[in-house]
Amino acid sequence: MSANYPAITPEVVAQHGFKGDEFPRLLEILGRQPTFLELGIFSVMWSEHCSYKSSRFWLRQLPTSGPQVIQGPGENAGVVDLGDGDAAVFKMESHNHPSYIEPYQGAATGVGGIMRDVFTMGARPVANLNALRFGAPDHPKTRHLVSGVVRGIGGYGNCVGVPTVGGETNFDPAYNNNILVNAMCVGLARTDKIFYSAAKGVGLPVVYVGSKTGRDGIHGATMASAEFDDKSAEKRPTVQVGDPFTEKLLIEACLELMATDVIIAIQDMGAAGLTSSTSEMADKGGVGIDLDLDHVPQREAGMTAYEMMLSESQERMLMILKPGREPEAEAIFHKWGLDFAVIGRTTDTGRLIVRHKGAIEADLPVDKLANSAPLYQRPWVPTPTPKLILPEWVPAPDGVLACLERMLATPHLCSRRWIWEQYDHTVMGDTIQRPGGDAAVVRVHGTRKGIAATCDVTPRYCLADPVMGTKQAVVETWRNLTAVGAEPLAITDNMNFASPERPEIMGQFVGAVEGMKEACLALSYPVVSGNVSLYNETNGKGIPPTPAIGGIGLVRDVSKTADLALKHDGDLIVLVGREQGHLGQSLYQLIETGRNEGAPPPVDLAEELKAGTLVRSLIGEGKATAVHDLSDGGLLVGLAEMALAGDMGVELFPYEGRLPAHAVWFGEDQGRYLIACAPSIAEEIAERARLLALPARIVGRVGGHGLALKGESPIDLFRLRTSREAWLPAYMAGELAS
Amino acid sequence: MRAAVIVFPGSNCDRDVKVALEAVTGKPAMMVWHGETSLPPVDVIVLPGGFSYGDYLRCGAMAAHSRIMADVVSRAKGGTPVLGICNGFQVLCETGLLPGVLQRNASLRFVCRDTWLRIEQTETPFTSAYRMGEIVNIPVAHGDGNYFCDEDTLDRLEGSGRVVFRYVDPETGEPTLEGNPNGAINNIAGICDGKRRIVGLMPHPERHFEKLLGSDDGRRVFESALRSVAA
Repeated sequence: MSANYPAITPEVVAQHGFKGDEFPRLLEILGRQPTFLELGIFSVMWSEHCSYKSSRFWLRQLPTSGPQVIQGPGENAGVVDLGDGDAAVFKMESHNHPSYIEPYQGAATGVGGIMRDVFTMGARPVANLNALRFGAPDHPKTRHLVSGVVRGIGGYGNCVGVPTVGGETNFDPAYNNNILVNAMCVGLARTDKIFYSAAKGVGLPVVYVGSKTGRDGIHGATMASAEFDDKSAEKRPTVQVGDPFTEKLLIEACLELMATDVIIAIQDMGAAGLTSSTSEMADKGGVGIDLDLDHVPQREAGMTAYEMMLSESQERMLMILKPGREPEAEAIFHKWGLDFAVIGRTTDTGRLIVRHKGAIEADLPVDKLANSAPLYQRPWVPTPTPKLILPEWVPAPDGVLACLERMLATPHLCSRRWIWEQYDHTVMGDTIQRPGGDAAVVRVHGTRKGIAATCDVTPRYCLADPVMGTKQAVVETWRNLTAVGAEPLAITDNMNFASPERPEIMGQFVGAVEGMKEACLALSYPVVSGNVSLYNETNGKGIPPTPAIGGIGLVRDVSKTADLALKHDGDLIVLVGREQGHLGQSLYQLIETGRNEGAPPPVDLAEELKAGTLVRSLIGEGKATAVHDLSDGGLLVGLAEMALAGDMGVELFPYEGRLPAHAVWFGEDQGRYLIACAPSIAEEIAERARLLALPARIVGRVGGHGLALKGESPIDLFRLRTSREAWLPAYMAGELAS
Repeated sequence: MRAAVIVFPGSNCDRDVKVALEAVTGKPAMMVWHGETSLPPVDVIVLPGGFSYGDYLRCGAMAAHSRIMADVVSRAKGGTPVLGICNGFQVLCETGLLPGVLQRNASLRFVCRDTWLRIEQTETPFTSAYRMGEIVNIPVAHGDGNYFCDEDTLDRLEGSGRVVFRYVDPETGEPTLEGNPNGAINNIAGICDGKRRIVGLMPHPERHFEKLLGSDDGRRVFESALRSVAA
């Protein structure tokens, strides 16, 4: 053995994260003691992060197919058909643990990793999104984390030149010690030029390209599979360092090579680096791989085989090429100034053999390595059903307009401009709808088509009721896509939960899968990719269940989208959807009473379908001058957002029904849209809704400089805008007491 | 019009500029790799936006020394119109073809937003299709766009009509703090050389090239180039 490795003692085994009967199981597979490298390899392959051992059983229940699906879960990213030979490739992935420890690099490499998952499949990345959850604003680390994460996301995406077009951000004390950074990337490919990761064929060169391998990120996957404690900061060295410049070169070099017919298979080196890429590619191709680490480009001298196989150095890819075509490929990578090295061959032995300095350091069966990870059906208990609360139980405010202004000035509803102005969202010259609306729209370059994209989840709903909350998250993405005029196609899910070893947390996970499944089936809106991040807890205190959903849709003609900005004086605004004044888990309740009680608003999937179809038709017919879906904060917040986006006031029509007025203005009932239109067709739109058995009423008229409601003092738009824009910049500048 | 776009490793607006040039000229734009030693015969040269060489030393500093730049400099001195956008403007300052420097934004943050520019000089190959004093909407996206120069240079620029674009308030058309996205001295968004053949600006005209992208106010930068070549 070439390196001075520790002996395989019970302590060393435990440090590698093996629990319960996992190590005896490894001994049984090998029929002997593992070498130190073999122990390391199995430890990452069996980590929760790589093996999905707690979640796999449940994830299998999700609907993953449909006529639009070209590739579902199991590859680097999902692929859906956009027609005319175009395909969208997309996925969302978490980088939670590293971002908490080192926010700039953690977030930056999260963006880099998800882009590699997308261009690995032959797609040019065209849009990035992100879903961020931070702790309470007055927590001492929050400002530092927001600053670092936002700079990291911008620093990476801006440099690579892919627009960051959308996302969401929450502040909640439950994330004080476990922030969530979920990055999503959408790419465009041709359906006949999609690349996969199966290393099919024997005697083929295994090629390493990109950056050199260093000691960074060793055991990152294992870190991401454990809870935090007070010593987590000591894990900083396991956070990788990103180099967006190299990523940009790698994208261009890979896409240039992909235009030839040299590549048989390709995969990025993400979590668990060389270990997982070699074993997964070999397993999918039904071959063995013989690796010689002496040929791996190395950043530092004296690295051991263990360090090289477990490094998570960024901006690296592994390819299987047609034999004899290496010079062609090498010329392209050298033109872009990137390393290119043949580091092994595929074999017919079915074994992963790792050589270093003449010695064999690992000799493992590929199928066992890839497929023998433990599969746990962990014990779980269902989340108790929360009680419905009646609107009357939540006190009314003195005046709804003054209340609106207060709500818009809070961290929950204030403008996120300070964040998205740090992201280049117009590079590539195809951004049709920018951040700040319901969904972003990016044109398919050189065509009239577009992709709409959004990501959403409301964690307080999911905490109260994981089934309904997750259903709501799926539906909200679907509605956001609908509100810009897109046909929703498919989703990616990023399941962020606390420790699965606690039955109540496992129960949240099971509930979330159930809710997602129901919504996806009803809406024909399958899951094509995803990521699970467990163990988001510190000293036994976990995050709320946060199944972030990323949805994409097809826009057939980018000149016919809708946005939320009011445009014409005199237009009427029609509310479509059922009003029930649901205040349980509403932001109104949280902001005005400081409480978070009751059940989340129920979702009626049949009504969602009807309302969505109607809205898309109206947009397609050019009848809607502005559209907005209703979510956080309800009707009045939605109207205010439309008024502010268009810089046009609204005369609000008083509510004359039987529900308490504040529940109507602030209730978060689902399945609702606001549609602005010419006054002559407002009644026609309401009638079309009623024909579908959907309630509809006219709620206001566009005009004036503010929001006006009979019996209350009107509020000027300038003032409302100032209130809504003020909080985040002031907080980040340290101007607010904390 | 034969237009060349210089592509550095890390350029990321090269395609966007190509699209704009080709839409205006109806002819393919030549994409010239930084490692080339000379340019083909061209009427206009564009240095695009991006992060050339990762902007790792100082924005534009390494690109200014790349192999192709020797010929770009000699063509520029020979009178070929040169347009530097964003990172391209930084490169032009680093080569000395334009005076001054682009510092880190005053906010110390990257900024991506629409800005309103007043056209201060129409006698350049890239602004002849605008009206003097016109206010146009063109977006910025940069971390280092804070134009700065010494007082003498500033006097010279202001005194000889070499400030080409200035950040202003859209309502009043006057330079304001709010209208200035990066803290640039005198709200300068773009300048030209003494012969008014070389123009650099931080905003991205190619991103407001058609109404679908929010505005087509940037289109006339490229139409001006076409007109100047035809003239």
